[in-house]
Amino acid sequence: MALQSLDILRRSASPTAAPQARNPLEVAKLIDVSVCIGCKACQVACSEWNELRDEVGSCVGVYDNPTDLSAQAWTVMRFNEVEQPDVSGGKLEWLIRKDGCMHCADPGCLKACPSPGAIIQYKNGIVDFHQENCIGCGYCVSGCPFNVPRISKDDNKAYKCNLCSDRVAVGQEPACVKTCPTGAIQFGSKEDMKEVAEKRITDLKSRGYDQAGLYDPEGVGGTHVMYVLHHADKPELYSNLPKDPAISTTVSLWKGLLKPVATLGIAAAGLFGFFHYITVGPNRAEDEHEAEEEVTK
Amino acid sequence: MKEQLIQRYNAAERINHWVVAVCFILLAISGLAFFYPAFFWLTGVFGTPQLARIVHPFVGVVMFIAFARQFFRYWHHNLVTSEDVKWMKSVKEVMKGNEVGDIGRYNGGQKGMFWVMVGCMALLLISGVIAWRPYFALYFPIPLIRMALLVHAASAVVLIASIIVHVYAALWVQGTIRAMVEGVVTHAWAKKHHPKWFREMTGKES
Repeated sequence: MALQSLDILRRSASPTAAPQARNPLEVAKLIDVSVCIGCKACQVACSEWNELRDEVGSCVGVYDNPTDLSAQAWTVMRFNEVEQPDVSGGKLEWLIRKDGCMHCADPGCLKACPSPGAIIQYKNGIVDFHQENCIGCGYCVSGCPFNVPRISKDDNKAYKCNLCSDRVAVGQEPACVKTCPTGAIQFGSKEDMKEVAEKRITDLKSRGYDQAGLYDPEGVGGTHVMYVLHHADKPELYSNLPKDPAISTTVSLWKGLLKPVATLGIAAAGLFGFFHYITVGPNRAEDEHEAEEEVTK
Repeated sequence: MKEQLIQRYNAAERINHWVVAVCFILLAISGLAFFYPAFFWLTGVFGTPQLARIVHPFVGVVMFIAFARQFFRYWHHNLVTSEDVKWMKSVKEVMKGNEVGDIGRYNGGQKGMFWVMVGCMALLLISGVIAWRPYFALYFPIPLIRMALLVHAASAVVLIASIIVHVYAALWVQGTIRAMVEGVVTHAWAKKHHPKWFREMTGKES
């Protein structure tokens, strides 16, 4: 079933191509943090549509609730208070960011995953986890530059936002987009979303946010969840959104260079032994005295 | 004339060796399955892919404990001497089947192999614990886990290649397998490959 959508760009741990005859439009979710009021309706919509119920926690003194992503919370609002001393008289800003999977064009989770078909990247840009194939190793957690996947304590499977791939597949927008009361979350083709973002950025700039910009980081090939940020020069202000995210060099070495080197090394050891044996032959210890004794006996 | 034999490994040492060996084979097969997508089906050695992920680290711990016992048995036999350096420098001659130097219980190659195995085992244990889900990985930062995964894979590759050499050497030098199966070697074997050890064991001149 997983492959029958015929629009699979990449499939984890699969050396051969997946069916990709269909060419759906590249989609994107655009989150305009300058319009977000932090109401968490998106969290509730996500929970409802996906039938997820995180454990009820307790107030930790800030608005973040739940405080982190989990196998039962695929999106969370992160609240950060930032002082902007360079504005005349100083200014306190309350920066709110809806966190969740960014749906990278170059997904670190998929690169790290050892299990065939546990992670699927559709041609529309959605990166989906297929838990039926997940083995619970957590390599996706190490591969992700955004620290998004979470392993469930109950079933040891990895979970994260799937951009409501089931809804998108039938022409609907993700649940969070549908519910957002301020229009801070929009959904459409990636091209259209970039245009919408451009208008918003022009507007923000006219209001004095000179550094307003679009967050669509090139280090991961661009993302299919993009942010309009009023401080695009300092994304880390938004609860540590990474400035230049990319798949870690360590992961690239592990999943890249090490494989051919390992193949060569292991093959060399085996082939050396084989050819040594058939050329030099076995190393026998035949004592000459004993051999003579055998003969004279 | 009756074959003259020397005891090289007692029963406890042999059992110890084969516990490590069996663990290693299971670990290498499942580990290669996690490393090479095309060999993922080798996870079947433990039944299912999920079971392989669960069981692999426990087998690793058994291997490490058994190997640690071997380490304390043999480390003092594996201190590298000038005679061993001479052996290592003339390894080309050795490969032709000609013995080099007055070799004791182990030659330079065996000693080198011992320390490579010790290093790999230590790295595998440390990195393996750091990456072990669901029990330990959650206590370590993600960049450290990434490093652990790279180190784990790299040291496993070094160990697998080394073990291939180890197994081949045992096959090539005829009569060696018997030392680890029956526990004994012939006088001729000892005289040729480990003359110093032969004198120590028998009090005879070779």
